Amino acid sequence: MYDQVGRNKRRSWLLVGTFFVFTALCCVAIAYGFGLGSPGIGIAVAVAGVSAGMSWWKSDAIALRVSRAEPADPVVYARYHNLVEGLCIASGLPKPRLYVVHDEAPNAFATGRNPQNAAIAVTSGLLEKLDRVELEGVLAHELAHVRNYDIAVQTLSVVMLGTLVLLGDLALRFAWFSPNRRDSRDAGPGPQAILALFGLVVIIVGPLIAQLFHFALSRRRETLADFSAVEMTRYPPGLISALEKLRADTTVVRSGSRATAHMWIEQPIDEHRETSKLSWLNKAFNTHPPLEERIAALREL
Amino acid sequence: MTVLLIVLGIVGVALLYVVLTYNGLVRLRNRVEAAWAQIDVQLKRRYDLIPNLVETVKAYAAHEQATLQAVVEARNRAMAAPTGSHEQAAAENVVTGALRQLFALSEAYPDLKANQGFLGLQEELTASEDKIAYARQFFNDSVLRFNNKIEAFPALLFATAFGFVQREFFEVDGDERGPVAVRF
Repeated sequence: MYDQVGRNKRRSWLLVGTFFVFTALCCVAIAYGFGLGSPGIGIAVAVAGVSAGMSWWKSDAIALRVSRAEPADPVVYARYHNLVEGLCIASGLPKPRLYVVHDEAPNAFATGRNPQNAAIAVTSGLLEKLDRVELEGVLAHELAHVRNYDIAVQTLSVVMLGTLVLLGDLALRFAWFSPNRRDSRDAGPGPQAILALFGLVVIIVGPLIAQLFHFALSRRRETLADFSAVEMTRYPPGLISALEKLRADTTVVRSGSRATAHMWIEQPIDEHRETSKLSWLNKAFNTHPPLEERIAALREL
Repeated sequence: MTVLLIVLGIVGVALLYVVLTYNGLVRLRNRVEAAWAQIDVQLKRRYDLIPNLVETVKAYAAHEQATLQAVVEARNRAMAAPTGSHEQAAAENVVTGALRQLFALSEAYPDLKANQGFLGLQEELTASEDKIAYARQFFNDSVLRFNNKIEAFPALLFATAFGFVQREFFEVDGDERGPVAVRF
């Protein structure tokens, strides 16, 4: 269990590192291929960093608003509050703010820039359909996201992806208005043109691959949260049986979308039902590993 | 001159390292203390809830006197035991067992089971049992981290000199979270 948590942490940082190197190389290729130089990279990093940083700072407010979450009353939702308090004692975390989303589909998410400003939201369907130990497993998974700073990791991932996309955009616009476009036509396909062609290829392929990194990282963090959750409750069957119930349930969260998919414990999008039958290509664009795989991994503990 | 600077630099770095490690150790030790206090807080919460529960059950199932009496006695014994002792831990186990028996009995009284106050108390007591277990788990995790830190190499050199000593784990006999046999 401790091994699994440690291994997943190492793997996810390795993934972040590879992602970073890849993005940096792509950025350099684009910037120099189109003659933007390091100021171009600087602008792209700044814009992507500031916009993602702002959404990170306000992540809880935005996520809660988008999913129409309401504060959970401590008397009405006594069990929900008690379970989270227990898990906070177990992990030494401050108690996050608790919210309920009125929705039949059983699902949950965590948000907030750090454990001091964290919030957890669950759907009313989840509270109804899961029993005490199952609910505890799901809440531990969400609290694990808080403890592992997954919103920060997600933001980092978005900054890298965003920088690449922005820089590509910048390069294309710059090349359009660049005066030496005519010069290179006169001189034939010189080294400048080859560089630009290479840059163009990177602009097209780079963000696609970066997106795959982004999703792979998200899946890795989900697995990590599963294992951290079990480290907290010391009771794998709770989370396993909760995930099995989620798999059996076919209702889908109404306010879920691709944009917020990474936050929920289970992908709130209909198409993942058939994930096991999908090709690896489709799987690569998912924010969560298939529920079957997550259940199987937890059973091995 | 340069030699002096180098020596001063090394001493400075070593000093900084000791200060940082010392502060880290203090933080871990305080966390162990806080975790220990948290166990008491949770135990106390359970003591406070038990009289309410007994009163509520009495109204519906007065002839379960023996079971109610067992709960009250177990609670009083646990409260009387010295804090943190093995007797206290053993007495707490008896409280847990007696409470489970009481809740199992309540299955036979539909009126009691439908009572909102009873349901609320049942939830609170189940939760406080969980919290006690989690507080103990966190205490043991904190002790483990603290012990690991003062036993590991660089800190080992001065941990004892600063008065950091190994802490003992909290151990409970038997499986706390396992099922308890119910006698009717």
